[in-house]
Amino acid sequence: MTAAHNLMAAGLRLGYRDLVVIDGLDLTIPPGRLTAIVGANACGKSTLLRAMSRLLKPQAGQVLLDGRPVRRIPPKELARTLGLLPQSPIAPDGITVADLVGRGRNPHRRALSRWSRRDDEAVAAALEATRTLDLADRTVDQLSGGQRQRVWMAMALAQETDLLLLDEPTTFLDVAHQIEILDLLVELNRDRGTTVVMVLHDLNLAARYADHLVAIADGRVHSAGSPADVLTPATVRAVFGIDSQVIADPISGRPLMLPIGRHHPRPD
Amino acid sequence: MTTTSARAGRRWTRWAWLAAVVAALVICAGASVAIGSRHVSWDEIAAGLSGSTDGLGTAAVAKRVLRTILAILVGLALGLAGAVMQGVTRNPLADPGILGVNMGASLAVVTGIAWFGLWTYTAFIWVAIAGAGITAVFVYIVGSLGKGGATPLKLALAGAVTSAAAASFISAIVLPRADIADDVRSWQVGGVGGANIDAIAQVAPFLVVGVVICLVSAQSLNALALGDEAAASLGERVFVARAFASLGAVLLCGAATAVAGPIAFVGLIVPHICRLLIGVDHRWLVPFSALAGAILVTASDTVGRVVARPDEIDVGILTAILGAPVLIGIVRRTRIREL
Amino acid sequence: MTALRAPNPGAVADLAAGRRARLRRRRVVIVVLFLIVAGALAVALMVGQTFYSPAEVIDVLAGRDVAGASFTVGRLRLPRAVLAVVTGVCFGIGGVTFQTLLRNPLASPDIIGISSGASAAAAFAIIVLDLSGAQVSLFAIVAGIGVAMTIYLLSFRDGVVGTRLVLIGIGIAAMLDAVTAFLLEKAPQWQLQEAMRWLTGSLNGASWADVAPVAVAAAVFGPLLASQARGLALLRLGDDAASALGVRTERTRLVTIAAAVGLIAFATAAAGPIAFVAFLSGPIAVRLAGPHGSPFAPSALVGVVLVLVADLVGQFAFDTRYPVGVITGALGAPYLVYLIIRVNRTGGSL
Repeated sequence: MTAAHNLMAAGLRLGYRDLVVIDGLDLTIPPGRLTAIVGANACGKSTLLRAMSRLLKPQAGQVLLDGRPVRRIPPKELARTLGLLPQSPIAPDGITVADLVGRGRNPHRRALSRWSRRDDEAVAAALEATRTLDLADRTVDQLSGGQRQRVWMAMALAQETDLLLLDEPTTFLDVAHQIEILDLLVELNRDRGTTVVMVLHDLNLAARYADHLVAIADGRVHSAGSPADVLTPATVRAVFGIDSQVIADPISGRPLMLPIGRHHPRPD
Repeated sequence: MTTTSARAGRRWTRWAWLAAVVAALVICAGASVAIGSRHVSWDEIAAGLSGSTDGLGTAAVAKRVLRTILAILVGLALGLAGAVMQGVTRNPLADPGILGVNMGASLAVVTGIAWFGLWTYTAFIWVAIAGAGITAVFVYIVGSLGKGGATPLKLALAGAVTSAAAASFISAIVLPRADIADDVRSWQVGGVGGANIDAIAQVAPFLVVGVVICLVSAQSLNALALGDEAAASLGERVFVARAFASLGAVLLCGAATAVAGPIAFVGLIVPHICRLLIGVDHRWLVPFSALAGAILVTASDTVGRVVARPDEIDVGILTAILGAPVLIGIVRRTRIREL
Repeated sequence: MTALRAPNPGAVADLAAGRRARLRRRRVVIVVLFLIVAGALAVALMVGQTFYSPAEVIDVLAGRDVAGASFTVGRLRLPRAVLAVVTGVCFGIGGVTFQTLLRNPLASPDIIGISSGASAAAAFAIIVLDLSGAQVSLFAIVAGIGVAMTIYLLSFRDGVVGTRLVLIGIGIAAMLDAVTAFLLEKAPQWQLQEAMRWLTGSLNGASWADVAPVAVAAAVFGPLLASQARGLALLRLGDDAASALGVRTERTRLVTIAAAVGLIAFATAAAGPIAFVAFLSGPIAVRLAGPHGSPFAPSALVGVVLVLVADLVGQFAFDTRYPVGVITGALGAPYLVYLIIRVNRTGGSL
């Protein structure tokens, strides 16, 4: 079934031209678990994800997959192990859901090979897993936002990777669709053992769904560990600069953060 | 108070720039009269200016005077039209050349020459203005269809495509007509070299009306700059204001194209440079662009006479070569996202 | 490798059927276009001042000596028709590559200045340097590539944004067109005919010497582009998604641009910038064949049909013989306007 892959970053410095966003970051992704990366706006979460999937060349340090620097792994080989769903992919006009999801098969196809039955099976499985099979012949521009996001997920699933990185997979979705996507990731992780790494905006959803939480502040990892260890008022203060109270979520027992604004009573 | 003194300083700067621009225009006009493929003496210039046409030198000067007047008028018209078009469309790339308005006017004139035997300047002017007006409306409608209204990219592409379409119609019309090919060709490249007193007299009334409309519109352009909704809430009748200002711009483009052929990029560059000098207040920007346009065309015409002696490079070619780098600069500076 | 739960076999069969159905239309369109090309070619070889029967034409093609026909068909009509086919392929594929890569159907080489660069250089070589033949082609090719590189470099700022590239291309095109206009104005009458080709595009006087370089270019760059088809299709998902799927984005982009510029420049050098063929082939092909599958083959065929048919129309439909570029220009203009209206309204690409 799944091979355990070790993805880690060491001494990473990332940025665009002379703007450095991440500096001296070390991070290990626990294999077979669901990891969420959280942090304030523009703290470099997405940049980190781009570097981990070899889209961005580090200014210093490196990202290692099973001990090999990802920038040294041939792109197709890497894409068979590690998938990435970027924040705003573009759907070409008139493309059908089935064809779009089929694009996810690229890393598995040789230069001149024909489309195989194996490819069809992988696409069908990805569509079934994301409950989009009945949309297969529709064009992507006819879909609603929630459907579209599930289709993009299906494309990443058709890639059949052991590691899946997602950049804010729930932005622009209403709460029902957010839960739908996150439940899907949990199933993928539980059933198939896929290692999932996602950047999330919503601290409480991250704490609810992730096994492992990574908080980024000032260009490095502020704290990492189980949600109960990481999500504390001290972390929230350091990462977001606001006061908060953390209680136990009555549904899951995970920590739940309640922000405190200027007009609300402060905790003593 | 710092704000008041800053404002006073700004106003002082503007008056200083105004004086500088007027001085520059006078110098350019002088140079345009004095310099040409034939060297003339100061005496000949003086004689030519006082109306004498005996002798080759004085005749050349008299011809250059007309040419200079026409260059100033055309430059004035194009500079104004550019400033007004950029204001009306709130689009930094609006320019009679880029929006295809000049080509539309050309197509109308060429059609007139080839099929309706037009040959008087008055007829040229009416036809050119009609062509310019139709093209302007067409390009604006095409460019503002769809999401986001008239974005710079959509307008520029609509203009480029319309220009290309007009150009191929022009070659289809002209190619089998050897009898008119030469006329059309020399008219089309754009030039003020063929200036004569008739042409100037014919085109002048159109220009005057256009200039007045544009200057009157300057105030409402300031309101339009804030966006249609804000302008409406400031009591501006948006549609009327926009249509009126556009009418002025179209009159100017059409008339200028009728006498000098399509001249590209003057309307694009001039307002941008003026904005750098005196800011974004249209009450200043519009008249300033007129003066600066006149300087640009007069100077280009003079330079064109000198650099390739004894040949002449037409103004339209020179302004296109000068203008493209400016366009590229603007595009590179502007933060442009996808459509 | 993480395989998901095995899918329902029925679903797999449905998917495969759906995919085949989508590609069926494309296949039919390709066959029909092929037939049209064959028909137009036959007409181009048979019809002219003298009509030659199919049998005579076949004899000439088989290398047998036929009085009159051997010269007229073998030396005049055949090179012209072959040049039409080859330039049609080059413009069709080169154009659709740019349109796909820049995600904008209006970003074709004839709008963003590459054809203008080749034309201006050719006019310069003919009128100022008094060159002819292969030397003129060389000038056109070098200039086309140079202009493409200049536009690419000028629009590079934190990566190339398609919009910026298109706008800068329009500026460069305007400048180069002014240069061509100036050169033509100064041209002596006897050079005008030759130089006019560089303004509108023409197949007049086509010889095997004109065909050879562009045919070689098509044979080299065509397959090179075809080998990048899959990467190009993935680039349409955006750079991040494409490279997450294992595409070397920068390399794919560079190779495809270089190959497309090569095609356009060689074709322009051989026949001038035949107006709008590069612009129109891709969108027409996509309209006919649908958005599924690679657009290269249908676009190439549409390009050939446009050039061949327009050349026939230009030669025989009117009292005056028009060069092919005037016909494609006049026919293409209304479609162009329709296209931009449609694109703006839907906000879409091809």
